[in-house]
Amino acid sequence: MTESNHHPVIKVRDLTKVYKLGEIDVHALRGIDLDIYPGEMVAIMGQSGSGKSTLMNMIGCLDSPSEGEYYLDGELVSDLVDDQLAIVRNRKIGFIFQKYNLLARASAIENVELPLRYSDDPTNMTERSKEMLRLVGLGDRMDHKPNELSGGQQQRVAVARALVNNPAIVLADEPTGNLDSVSGQEVMDLLLKLHREKQTTIVVVTHDKGIASQAQRIIHLFDGKVVDEEVN
Amino acid sequence: MPLLRVLKEALTSVFSNKMRSFLTVLGIVIGVGAVIGLLAIGEGASASILGQIESIGTNSIYVMRSSRDDVSNPKPLTLTDAEALSNRSRAPHIIRATPVLTGQTTFSLGDISLQTMVFGSYSDYAEITGVEIAEGSYINPSDVDSRAAVIVVGPDLAEELFGRSTGVVGSMVRINNFPYRVIGVTKAVGGNQFNNPDMQAYMPITTIQYRVIRQAVPEAVNYIIVQAQDSQSINLAIEEAQRVLRETHRLTPRQPNDFNLTNQEDILDIANSITSILTIFLAGVAGISLLVGGIGIMNIMLVTVTERTNEIGLRKALGARKADIMLQFLSESALLSLIGGIFGIIFGWLLALVVGNIAKNTGTPLIPVVQLEAILLATVFSTLVGVFFGWYPARHAASLEPVDALRYE
Repeated sequence: MTESNHHPVIKVRDLTKVYKLGEIDVHALRGIDLDIYPGEMVAIMGQSGSGKSTLMNMIGCLDSPSEGEYYLDGELVSDLVDDQLAIVRNRKIGFIFQKYNLLARASAIENVELPLRYSDDPTNMTERSKEMLRLVGLGDRMDHKPNELSGGQQQRVAVARALVNNPAIVLADEPTGNLDSVSGQEVMDLLLKLHREKQTTIVVVTHDKGIASQAQRIIHLFDGKVVDEEVN
Repeated sequence: MPLLRVLKEALTSVFSNKMRSFLTVLGIVIGVGAVIGLLAIGEGASASILGQIESIGTNSIYVMRSSRDDVSNPKPLTLTDAEALSNRSRAPHIIRATPVLTGQTTFSLGDISLQTMVFGSYSDYAEITGVEIAEGSYINPSDVDSRAAVIVVGPDLAEELFGRSTGVVGSMVRINNFPYRVIGVTKAVGGNQFNNPDMQAYMPITTIQYRVIRQAVPEAVNYIIVQAQDSQSINLAIEEAQRVLRETHRLTPRQPNDFNLTNQEDILDIANSITSILTIFLAGVAGISLLVGGIGIMNIMLVTVTERTNEIGLRKALGARKADIMLQFLSESALLSLIGGIFGIIFGWLLALVVGNIAKNTGTPLIPVVQLEAILLATVFSTLVGVFFGWYPARHAASLEPVDALRYE
């Protein structure tokens, strides 16, 4: 992948995040520089306290940095306010969480529809959601509620939900953390397939070496800084 | 998100926890039910009171002895006063003045003995006050002239005395051990335990004066009903009555009136203000329960927001804006209280029905009226209660930080 062909979809420059914990300033991120290109599959690794969750929140536009710049898909998003960030999250980012975070009262299809309901283009909501569910292999489980699905199936619903808005990046936070190794690998295989076949840009945040090693590139975080980068 | 979609989600949420939703809206149900029911009863009571007053006629002026503190030794009203008021050369706008002497008396028949009100007056009393005869006849002028021992009884009184309210004309009854012949029975008009015209009796004023009620001034009466020529000349009639009575009572110009003149309009006004105060009071009581109901909704909505912190975080992560979250929770609380309001209307309606039935069975002239305005008011108000008390929880939900909300355990 060469820069002449692609501008980075994620471009982070000197990103800093300082939390106030009572009187003490906690430096969660101490100047991060990062470029991720379209179609890449990148893993961010680190121990707890390394700042990887904070970095994921920044990349996911769930939180704003104290200093530094973050360009997502060419747009400077580090200066945006709450409601603008909500629009960016809706259009550009697909989230996959460790605990799936599905709405318990809603069926699989309704869960997948949810991002579309907050978008400015809610046309063909149901059709697009059905297509995504078929893509993740749950074409026969569309009307099931989350408690009628296995953990692996629930996470696949979450994958379908992350993809339904056709986002610039998919952000997966410990996507296999709550799953046994078999269903965990199934979810990883699904992500790899999407990456391979649809050139989806995927950022996986994990502390699991086995998961991270399946990505093209691994970024190691320690004490709020990028300390190492491996290319597989 | 389109509004219809928001409402559908709110409905799903409300119905997914039926028991809690039911308990939450109970306060609103009771509040709205109380508003509807009490307003209906108040409206019925007011219509009934006003109807009774209006049946007497609006041309009437009631003259009573003054009860004001600054009037020393008020002279009693007498038959002479009534005569003077009836004199058309002295009071051209007064067509007649009817004195009334009334008091509690003991009726007896065989073993039966009971106390009730007797009204003594002239033969035109029935016409002036709207008393109607069901059987027999009312007192005629010759009965008054001859101090005849005759009496007209109400149907309830007849029932108490004779065990029936028809076919009693010609029967005898004793008052203070003196026999009277029943010459008529009035039409039933209904009443309550405090004021029941159907338990009253009527006799010639001359008879009541000489045989039933003994008083220091034999000519004294309790009040005089003055009738103005028509409703336009009421004020003129009041002036004339004032002048005539000041003359007959020999009041010096510096002395205040030792009598009161109350126009039918005044009584209507007083009754109107009493019933509207009553209605406001009832509505106020009901309003307080609505308020309590609203606080109940706020309480539960705060619990709901806390329980669904994760969900709020997720929705925000997926692109929900502050306004989306706000609308979601506001529509839920508004829907809750609207549902409460609808059940409250049904409950209030039933309440009015039950009270109406009780009133009917006890002969009280009270027909509760559930007004459309009350229903609309209750619906709008209960929804507003939901929006008002849902505002704080909804704003709280909308202002949650997505990161914190997602991480909340």
